[in-house]
Amino acid sequence: MGVTKEDVESTLTSALKPSHLEVIDTSGGCGASFEIEIASEQFEGKRLLERHRLVNGALAEQMKHIHALSIKKAVTPSQWKPPQ
Amino acid sequence: SIRCFSALSPEMRSTLDKVVKSHTVVLFMKGTKDFPQCGFSSTVVQILKSLNVPFETLNILENEMLRQGLKEYSNWPTFPQLYIDGEFFGGCDITVEAYKSGQLQELLEKAMCS
Repeated sequence: MGVTKEDVESTLTSALKPSHLEVIDTSGGCGASFEIEIASEQFEGKRLLERHRLVNGALAEQMKHIHALSIKKAVTPSQWKPPQ
Repeated sequence: SIRCFSALSPEMRSTLDKVVKSHTVVLFMKGTKDFPQCGFSSTVVQILKSLNVPFETLNILENEMLRQGLKEYSNWPTFPQLYIDGEFFGGCDITVEAYKSGQLQELLEKAMCS
């Protein structure tokens, strides 16, 4: 039962309406390990722990099959800076 | 009627209440502080060691009940899980971020001196 990068992207897109989203498959193709960078209005006024909880909550179903999830960035749209 | 299975019994909840308060810094991880069995757990151990704080670790790989119960107790789906002063602080990414910003050190200094 594999989870794809596209599954993760579409779930996060519909749950958190991100202004920026990058999902990187770090599994080498088996679909069980991801890195996430996300910017969303819904993070406004929330501490990092609460922001991560929102991401984990949105992915609750997929988490059962994901071995590793690394949330590298969870910022508001105004905090988002594209990499130099 | 619908019955939901829960790994977190009332007994386990009260045990965990005691465990997370037993030391200022408690880390639930894969492996032990001397032999971490996952890169994420290893990262948090390295951070705590570099900050020179005493911490207690529990190996969730040795106890499946503990592992499942903790996910509900912390409302956090993955390991490692770091507790400071009896409160859930976060997983690996949050700990790394707080370490880089200096917030972790600040919080630990306060916690160790209280």
